[in-house]
Amino acid sequence: MKMKNLLIATVRSLSKNKMRTFLTMLGIIIGVASVIAMLAIGQGSKQSIQAQISTLGTNVLMIWPQASSTGGVRMEAGSSQKMTLEDVTAISDRCPAVAYVTPQVRTSGQLVNGNMNWRTSVFGVYPNYFEIRNLRLSSGSLFSMNDDRSATKVCVIGQTVVTNLFGVNADPIGSFIRINKIPFKIIGITEKKGQNAFGQDQDDMVIAPFSTVQKRMMAITHIQSMLASAKTESLIPTASQEITEVLKAKRNLGPSEDPDFTIRTQTDIANTATATSGILTILLATIASISLLVGGIGIMNIMLVSVTERTREIGIRMSVGARGRDVLLQFLFEALLISLLGGFIGVTLGVLVSQLIANILSWPVTITIQSILMSFIFSSAIGIFFGWYPARKAASLNPIDALRYE
Amino acid sequence: MHRRCKEVEAVAGEDIDMNKAIISVKALVKIYKMGDVEVHALRGVNTDIMKDDFVAIMGKSGSGKSTFMNIIGCLDVPTRGQYLLDGVDVSSLTKDQLANLRNHKIGFVFQSFNLLSRTSALENVELPLMYNKKITSREMRERSLNALEAVGLADRAHHFPNQLSGGEQQRVAIARSLVNNPVVILADEPTGNLDTRTSLEVMGIFQKLNQQGITIVIVTHEADIAAYTKRNISFRDGRIIKAIEVDKPRNAAEELALMPVIVEEDDL
Repeated sequence: MKMKNLLIATVRSLSKNKMRTFLTMLGIIIGVASVIAMLAIGQGSKQSIQAQISTLGTNVLMIWPQASSTGGVRMEAGSSQKMTLEDVTAISDRCPAVAYVTPQVRTSGQLVNGNMNWRTSVFGVYPNYFEIRNLRLSSGSLFSMNDDRSATKVCVIGQTVVTNLFGVNADPIGSFIRINKIPFKIIGITEKKGQNAFGQDQDDMVIAPFSTVQKRMMAITHIQSMLASAKTESLIPTASQEITEVLKAKRNLGPSEDPDFTIRTQTDIANTATATSGILTILLATIASISLLVGGIGIMNIMLVSVTERTREIGIRMSVGARGRDVLLQFLFEALLISLLGGFIGVTLGVLVSQLIANILSWPVTITIQSILMSFIFSSAIGIFFGWYPARKAASLNPIDALRYE
Repeated sequence: MHRRCKEVEAVAGEDIDMNKAIISVKALVKIYKMGDVEVHALRGVNTDIMKDDFVAIMGKSGSGKSTFMNIIGCLDVPTRGQYLLDGVDVSSLTKDQLANLRNHKIGFVFQSFNLLSRTSALENVELPLMYNKKITSREMRERSLNALEAVGLADRAHHFPNQLSGGEQQRVAIARSLVNNPVVILADEPTGNLDTRTSLEVMGIFQKLNQQGITIVIVTHEADIAAYTKRNISFRDGRIIKAIEVDKPRNAAEELALMPVIVEEDDL
């Protein structure tokens, strides 16, 4: 049988039973649509998490000292006081993969402006902290390394702090506030960054030169942690490696000895966060796939019934010269066409539903070409898989018995 | 490759001389096995059916006439014996080769019409040509329309079977059996489901086709239907018991013209 005639015969017999064809297709339509929608939701949430992670900065590495222990009693992570500015210098001098590195101290401060006050975190960092964290100023200017050397009492504050100390839309550049009773001049305001992946308000903080916070506010000599950035994303592991080697060498630790510091990279954090949403995506896709499978079984069911119902037709076709193969192919094509057409409608419906979810529930939704292709391949595979058995059954009929079938 | 050779072989031999047998069976035996019991449906049948012949095969049910029909229609293979269809030895062919032979050399007409439901008359007639690789869509349409015209149903081409009367449905079935230019048309009780008048119509068409040079074999148990054919072969218990030439075949068309016209109420 010519391929063209086969297609004609397939289309004719499907259009003879439009209602049944549509109902059979419905299983595949719903299956494919839900796979598309579920994957879109999963991908969307994954991407929005990744976008939030990227607010941490670009290619960020965080270096914490290990927990200290006094007489066997271990303290919290980062409580060790062994990290110093020499470590920062060593990293910036001897780690080619590292673009920027800054020491970091953090304390909390009571901020007072006139009759208003607010409690928040105060960070002491080098100016390159803004490069590492991708922070930009919405107004004013940044402090310099000179400010750090002379421990100038200047600071940059976040939007939340501005709102709480000066009111909405105020311009506090040049104003003085007191942090833990020490007067600071506000020289800049950071751009709004919103919440980070863990729900913290990234605009609720004060950033001041490192020495100012370390010496004037905290009166300590060590640094609490370091923040570095790798030159490119692919250099993050190299940077991490280099930092480990440099710090170990400074501490006279052999390569096999455990370091007294921890490095966490942005990739680690991103991986943890996306792994969670990945599991969610798999879960949703699995549920959707099950409905696709049920749709496939629906096809097999209808095709089997159809073989019995159309026994006489098969007999007629065989009596006028259809070979077993022709009958097999026709039934297989019918199943394939149902599932492909169902797949097509399902994809369209899935895209529409995803858009609807995005618009009405304002969930982040991302439809990928892969998920569409996968649905198509999957649904045609289902058509062939579940169409095969009924088609074989039809092809193996004996023409005499088929013609006599009532 | 092998299949293609066979196909060519099967199509060859279009011009057959008048004396050559279209169907030639020798010592045909068919035994069905129903569990442990063997049913001897045919117990050694010998006969030749020549070109241009119009044969009625008669016999009671269980006489073996249907089995004979199935075998000469290439729907079944004999247990023993030889069957030559248009010079091709059918006994040793595979299922696919048999299907190909049915497609090219045989036209079937059944008692219960066996048209595809919800499929127009034209599409029903096209069916055998759908399985012929050498025929283009245009050729398919032309030949189908011609076949419908030959049975006087050109104006009903786009009607569905349920919109046609029994006689018309049988005529569509005849058109379908004609469309592939078969060497023989096999009709199994073609008038069994029809009233006297439409039976006459159908026999008239068969007679007309036979006059145009088409070999026809019908199975019937009605003696008065057999009277319209040229030769009657009677079966009993799996053997041919009688083969007679019909002295003066009745003429269906003439008899039809003499019948009083019945006006169907629907047509008023």
